[in-house]
Amino acid sequence: MSTIQLSAGEFEPHPDVALVERVRGGDLLAFDTLVRKYERQIFRISQHITQNREDAEDVMQDAFLKAYEKLEQFQGNSKFYTWLVRIAVNESLMRLRKRRTGKMVSIDEDIETEEGSVPRDLADWAPDPEQNYGQAELAEILRKTIQGLPQGFRIVFVLRDVEGLSTEETAETLGLSIPAVKSRLLRARLQLRERLSRYFRRKKGLKETGVEK
Amino acid sequence: MTCKEFLALLDDLIDGTVTAETRAELQAHLGRCGHCEVIFNTTRKTIEIYRSHEIYDMPPGLHDRLHAAIMNRCRKC
Repeated sequence: MSTIQLSAGEFEPHPDVALVERVRGGDLLAFDTLVRKYERQIFRISQHITQNREDAEDVMQDAFLKAYEKLEQFQGNSKFYTWLVRIAVNESLMRLRKRRTGKMVSIDEDIETEEGSVPRDLADWAPDPEQNYGQAELAEILRKTIQGLPQGFRIVFVLRDVEGLSTEETAETLGLSIPAVKSRLLRARLQLRERLSRYFRRKKGLKETGVEK
Repeated sequence: MTCKEFLALLDDLIDGTVTAETRAELQAHLGRCGHCEVIFNTTRKTIEIYRSHEIYDMPPGLHDRLHAAIMNRCRKC
């Protein structure tokens, strides 16, 4: 039987450790607590990868069911959340593969682009640029912008910057080296910045644009 | 420090993983270079915007469907 290891020097076990132990003892309510805690994140990650709502719903469901079934395999060397994310990433990539009728899908797709690695748009943004857009319009801009990133950059940005995984956890989850995660993160951030600049740059005054009178 | 060198350390500056000495060098570069200052501020803002706006809401009813699927699976355990 597998046990949960605590790393040396770790005094406070992560609260998930007790929940996982309770699930292993047959407490389904404890699993529901884990679901409620992470379902939004898992749905978002799946949606970011599959870019399809139905697929993301299926992936979320399959990921939690798989986690439940395979809980005995969870060694506790990583956090439960990181383990769950890894399952969701794999399920999402499998779903993409199905949609593309078996064509190979990997997180290394389309990363050979040089776009954004050298910043071109050097215009400053308006202060609080998001205030210039309604909630729905802003969400659409953010969705459209991140959807345009190469898959291998998008996943790294989402895990690291949106969902708050560490560089090490992101590397472990995606099976990448730490330098690879760092390099992709920088390029993802710069590409997103460049693309958002089109919407958020400080608007020129009427005089400068020449439309006055 | 050149802009290229600054850019190579941009993430570390944003993530706060630089030594005090390197941070001072980066800050000094920012003080001299308007372009890098814009890149630094807007990249930080990019991350902040994505962090603070949920762009994909979980569909209503999905939790209940998942719960039902788990209960169903569990009955078969």
